[in-house]
Amino acid sequence: MNVEFKNINKHFGPVHANVDINLNIQSGSIQGILGENGAGKSTLMKILSGFIQPDSGGIYLDGKAVLIDSPADAIKYGIGMLHQDPLDFPPMRLIENFIVGQRGGLVPSYKETIKEFKELQSRFGFSLNPEAYVDTLTVGERQQLEILRLLWMGASALILDEPTTGISAQQKEKLFAALKILAEQGKTIIFVSHKLEDVEILCSKVAILRKGYLVGEVPSPYDTDQLVEMMFGKVISLGDRNTVAQNDVVFELRDLFVEHYPLKIENVNFQLRSGEVIGLAGMEGSGQDVLLRACVGLLRPVSGKVIVKGKDLTNKNYLEFMQNEVSFLPASRLEEGLVPGLSLAEHFTIAGEEKKGLFIDKEYFREKAENMIDEYHIIGRSDSTVESLSGGNQQRAALALLKKSLSIILLEHPTRGLDIESAIYMWGKLKERCLQGCSIFFISGDLEEILQYSDRILVFFSGHVSPPLDAATTSLEQLGQLIGGKGWDQVFEIKENYESNANT
Amino acid sequence: MSGDIILFGLAGVIASGAPIVIAVIGETLTERAGVINLSLNGVILLSAMIGFWVAVETDSLFFGFLAGMVVGALVSTIVAFSSITLKQSQVAVGFILAITCRDLAYFLGNPIMGSQGPIMLSTSIPLLKDIPILGRLLFQQSLMTYLSIIMIGIAWFWIFKTRPGLMLQGIGEKPAAAYVRGANVQKMRYFYTIVGGALVGLAGPLYTLSVKPGWKGTITGLDGIGWIVLAITIFGGWNPIRAAFGAYLFAFLQWLGLVLQPYMTSIPSQVLQVAPFPLMILALLFVNMGNTEWMERLIASLPDTVRLGASKILRSMQSRQPGSLGTPFERQ
Amino acid sequence: MNQTRTRSISLLFQLGGLALAVLFVTIILLLVDAQPMEAFRLIWEGATGNPTRIASVFVVWVPLLLVTCGLLATFTAGLWNIGIEGQITVGAIFTTGVMRLFLDTSISPVLVIIISMLAGMLGGALWAALAGILKTFGGVNEIFGGLGLNFIATALNIGLIFGAWSRPGIASMSGTEPFPEHFWLPTFQNFRLSLWSIGFAVLGLIIIYFLLQGTHFGLRLKAVGKGMKSAFRMGIPTWQHMMLSFVICGLFAGLTGAIQVTGVYHRLIPSISSGYGFMGLMIAMLINYQAIWLAPIALFFAALNIGGIQLPIVIKLDSALTGVLQGSLVLFILIMQGIKQRFVGKK
Repeated sequence: MNVEFKNINKHFGPVHANVDINLNIQSGSIQGILGENGAGKSTLMKILSGFIQPDSGGIYLDGKAVLIDSPADAIKYGIGMLHQDPLDFPPMRLIENFIVGQRGGLVPSYKETIKEFKELQSRFGFSLNPEAYVDTLTVGERQQLEILRLLWMGASALILDEPTTGISAQQKEKLFAALKILAEQGKTIIFVSHKLEDVEILCSKVAILRKGYLVGEVPSPYDTDQLVEMMFGKVISLGDRNTVAQNDVVFELRDLFVEHYPLKIENVNFQLRSGEVIGLAGMEGSGQDVLLRACVGLLRPVSGKVIVKGKDLTNKNYLEFMQNEVSFLPASRLEEGLVPGLSLAEHFTIAGEEKKGLFIDKEYFREKAENMIDEYHIIGRSDSTVESLSGGNQQRAALALLKKSLSIILLEHPTRGLDIESAIYMWGKLKERCLQGCSIFFISGDLEEILQYSDRILVFFSGHVSPPLDAATTSLEQLGQLIGGKGWDQVFEIKENYESNANT
Repeated sequence: MSGDIILFGLAGVIASGAPIVIAVIGETLTERAGVINLSLNGVILLSAMIGFWVAVETDSLFFGFLAGMVVGALVSTIVAFSSITLKQSQVAVGFILAITCRDLAYFLGNPIMGSQGPIMLSTSIPLLKDIPILGRLLFQQSLMTYLSIIMIGIAWFWIFKTRPGLMLQGIGEKPAAAYVRGANVQKMRYFYTIVGGALVGLAGPLYTLSVKPGWKGTITGLDGIGWIVLAITIFGGWNPIRAAFGAYLFAFLQWLGLVLQPYMTSIPSQVLQVAPFPLMILALLFVNMGNTEWMERLIASLPDTVRLGASKILRSMQSRQPGSLGTPFERQ
Repeated sequence: MNQTRTRSISLLFQLGGLALAVLFVTIILLLVDAQPMEAFRLIWEGATGNPTRIASVFVVWVPLLLVTCGLLATFTAGLWNIGIEGQITVGAIFTTGVMRLFLDTSISPVLVIIISMLAGMLGGALWAALAGILKTFGGVNEIFGGLGLNFIATALNIGLIFGAWSRPGIASMSGTEPFPEHFWLPTFQNFRLSLWSIGFAVLGLIIIYFLLQGTHFGLRLKAVGKGMKSAFRMGIPTWQHMMLSFVICGLFAGLTGAIQVTGVYHRLIPSISSGYGFMGLMIAMLINYQAIWLAPIALFFAALNIGGIQLPIVIKLDSALTGVLQGSLVLFILIMQGIKQRFVGKK
């Protein structure tokens, strides 16, 4: 089936998520869609699969304009989507999952369906047990199930959203082989990914999105540097970097092993020095958020140790980390950071370490809140509830709420959704703390931000963690390749050197 | 002699368990779709009263049962509207209705208190009734009791074996996944809330027209049944067969209370009648314990060999509630 | 300007809810061939007609106020303490039990009353803590744990009334043997109303108001209720706070039970909680969990309860009518609120 997007536009509030996108995908081809987080890939795919409707523009299947109003419509037109977070039913059996949504008589015939299922999966060399419960399957197997199901439902165009996250190398091989078979049969495959390597191996053509725009289309064979540049834009010259790191170690991970479905992060050894800033780079879901949470007791490591200022805090909960001057600012500000429904003054009351009598000195905390509002340029009043503030102001408030004396601050996407001015301000405040000996661990999807503010960088890819890279000698292109899973051989070489140096 | 009495008693357990079985099946269907209908206690009372009233007025058992179902369907429509459409707390709305419908039943039922009404008699099934033991136990019951037994099978079959039943499981488990498979989640939730409510509404007249004939206001003795039904639904792990087992167990324990009373004079009969509840709580505790954090931590700290066994045992006891129970579904 | 506008829209919807509730009850009354105006007038008369009736209203006001005070603590922490009925009952049981211990001793009755009321509070707190333990350590939702504990409390209560504490020879639904008069909470001449219980209620309201509005603890509780994850991340030990809110609610419920025993019935009766716990949940919903409106709304509910007593006596209507009025009021106001959110003030 030939799939064509014509002048697709989609807004979410002030964000223009898809800008006038025109894209034609030939039947029988494997089309890659490349872009970093927030580039507009998923919006475009959600439009095609009927989850959302475009503000303007249309979709043409084999030249015919169609209106896809819901996922059910999409199925009807033969469009199936494999979601990154598998949309299946874990407590049900595999064959039941296979049947749900399929039209037919009141009582489905399991015997017959199992026979058909086995026949179908043998064509792709899959070997799933139809009687198994889905929650016993690996991500890769759940994916295979979904692909089979979509085909059985009659999909002739298949969208795969980040399908290679969390699956084993063999499963990836199987997946790619199956996709190639499907393409040969004339099915249209749309492969959405941020993994350069996968796209390069598999796709005959790749479209690159950046900030809502379709930047361009490139046919195979690819020039990796060109792809990176298209994904991230032109390299901007970096400003001054200042390091205030000292030599004493304030935080240490020893042989840390964390497991969080579907990722396994093994063997992390790392030391953080006081005043140092460490950036955690990687595409979303590569494991950096898992590691960060394990560092503050919000996730329990399987094995290994977390040591804060010489004290073993492994398996302690977050509150004990807080008592040891560690603080964590999560990305989902209103779910994990600030309490919706409470005012700024109330937040300062809870976070404050002073005036802890029985009764609240409301006047004092109102004034404190007002001072902080001034100092941190928050647009809002002491009695404004936090959810009424804009994202940038929420982030400023979260920053203002941090205790005065902290040794380590861990941040998830500290400047996501902020305008440039707010972001610069944010980092100014953080660097002030570094001068006082505070160390910072932060995750960001913005590679420039990582290069600009970090002293050292840890790169994450599918649960693998690189040894620390010196930010001063790392280039944007190199980092872009690494988070896309390329050039790791070189890094591992560095790691070996690093370890042998450490041993001597 | 005693054998006969026991058999007679057990047949009574099957009969007195019938309304609980039907109500539990109704609530199970509703909760399977992801909606908690907390209004049961009020619905059972109101439908019991109105069903009885209608049966007296029309001198027809059929219209009595039908009226009960209509009441149940109407009340659950309010629950569905305010929780699914208006996104208000399901718990709050259900609770208010539980109380309000109870009072409404007492108020409206005042004039018919103590009236004589039709009573459903037992209908023996030819041939089958002559089977030793089983015949007496199962085949000399009222039509509604037969219906309750058949319904266990139908509900089980519907949920686990049919196509729409699989989709029902999906809607309660992960509505987003059901949605991409073409289900109209909101509509189905309305449907199952109303159908479940209608079944609960059938339980009411089953009491006043059969199990505990007549409407006697506050001393009818139905206040509390609805809360029990909710507990049995959880105990039953959202499976009609396990739930029916819970319902019969409850009816059995109540009967046992009556039977044992002469022998256990030191324990008041009222205590024996509510004795099933602590057991129910204990059961809930076992059913839920595996999900708690401290248990996970405890299991994680065990040596590997013990750990596998322990987590297996816990897993088998657990009843997993439908993943989206009590949470509204947003399309985006 | 904008704020006054949203506020008046809010008020409009609330009045709409009230109007619908009155309309609903009127229809119900017409349905049973009663005169709605006559019924409403009787309820009003029944609550305010003479000093005895007014005093009775306050006798009901006290327990309603106290349980709702307790429930505000659990609601603030985001918990549905449906086990409140059982907590009242166990409070009453503890009070009765301790008082029985001291009946034939020479200890001053005043001291006995104080000790048994404290025991009642302890009992309520224990029963609430049990629901809390079931929730935090057993993973049993507080609604189902609470319901089960309610039944167990009732069983315990009835078991005692008909068993260990039964009146010699005549165990009956009328309860245990009444306590001698000097073990009663002192009341006003000729009324069942005790100044002490009024005092407890007012004190309880003041305490809960300041606890929730003015203290660090209250604010932390509110944070736990509004966003548990965020509260934890801000350094608040969340399960400990939930547990404490259960205990606080249990203390209030236990005190309520103690007052019903020492001040109103002077014995343990089967329905000692009188459904006040569930009514408290309704009041809490109606006042949108804000202590500020508690006293008048609780008084209104109490007046309906007492006023309703006249219905069966004068016009042969069941007094449950007032329950219908209370319930439909809460329901319609909640629904109107939902309609407002969905169709008016939505972004």
